[in-house]
Amino acid sequence: MSLPLFSFIFAMWVLIIIGGGLMVVFIGPLSFSGDLDPLINSGAKVLIAMILIFIWVLALLKIKNWIFRKIVNP
Amino acid sequence: MEQLIIPAIIAIAVAFFSVYGLTPFVIRALEKRNITVVDVNKKEKTMVARPGGLSIIVGMELSLIILYIFFPISEILAVILTTFFAFIVGIIDDKKTMGGWFKPLALAFCSAPILLLGAYDSNLAFPLFGTVQIPLLYMALVVFMIPIMGNTINSIDVLNGVASGFITIASFALSACLFIIQNYEVGIICLCLAFSSLAFYKYHKFPSKIFPGDSGAVTFGVVYGGIAIIGGVEVIAAIAILPAIINSFLFLSSVKKIVEHREIKNPVTHTDDWKLQSTSENHAPITLVRLLIAKKPLTEKQIGYEIFKLGIFSGILAIITAFMMGVNI
Repeated sequence: MSLPLFSFIFAMWVLIIIGGGLMVVFIGPLSFSGDLDPLINSGAKVLIAMILIFIWVLALLKIKNWIFRKIVNP
Repeated sequence: MEQLIIPAIIAIAVAFFSVYGLTPFVIRALEKRNITVVDVNKKEKTMVARPGGLSIIVGMELSLIILYIFFPISEILAVILTTFFAFIVGIIDDKKTMGGWFKPLALAFCSAPILLLGAYDSNLAFPLFGTVQIPLLYMALVVFMIPIMGNTINSIDVLNGVASGFITIASFALSACLFIIQNYEVGIICLCLAFSSLAFYKYHKFPSKIFPGDSGAVTFGVVYGGIAIIGGVEVIAAIAILPAIINSFLFLSSVKKIVEHREIKNPVTHTDDWKLQSTSENHAPITLVRLLIAKKPLTEKQIGYEIFKLGIFSGILAIITAFMMGVNI
């Protein structure tokens, strides 16, 4: 039974739920002021979402490295 | 609900028994034509028939066609067509090893029936927080999701029985989730996938008599991805296959490029008693199997069971997530 791997899956699950919450609560309803083209508005939201995904992947990389070290040197 | 029971029983029975009955014939036909590969994790040189995608696609398509006769909805037709095209891509890759980018690109085109038939809902549902509308972005998501699912299941097809056993666990969990959110028609499609993979597992489990090959593994993954899209359960479906996603994530973060899995250095070696141990090679990729054996060598069967335990754990998380879908904070 590999406990660190179960922890990794659990951490991913928590990150998915938090990420989903950020998408729905903050990025979804976001509307930039002025007569901004809806396409540009959507593009800006996509950009923010991409930055969030980048941060998500970075967090996972950190967790992965920590888990790998924990498995190799318990 | 009652009117779904008889079609569901017929479709599920066809999915299971067609794969169960056809696979021995496929094994014999492949062995007769010498279409076999060496099972690298066996001490004695063992040749195993490959690919077994034919019996999987027959079982899946027959059951889906039966369901389509009972319920002629575009969602089922979209999965039938997408799966068939994906199988063709897999067969091409089985016959001739294509470059790393071939499969993702070709599978992206396979998502066309889902888009053209409009068999999707552009609302992306998240647990606890509700849905977000992303009409344009969702189309891009469909194009990405089909190749990602196909390749993710394909990349976990590394040991005897793992791909078919894992997709069986994940699709039973996803079926339960679909029934929890009361999407019964798609839940039945998912049960067809679960039972056809279970039937294939009978021959694929340790020691394998047949390997699914790219055509089989990609078919499993694409049906799963198609179900996630037409059922509007993309997030739940991703959670149910988290161990496979982790495998792809570990692989990509260590190799840092998209390559054909047969082109990479094997990240495992064998001990004297033929257990699998992590290689000391620095350039070999980090995979889920390598993590599982980093501490101590394990037999092929033990590793398979460890992956199944992870699959059951993520399946439970997916079911919890399905219950959370009904809760809004």
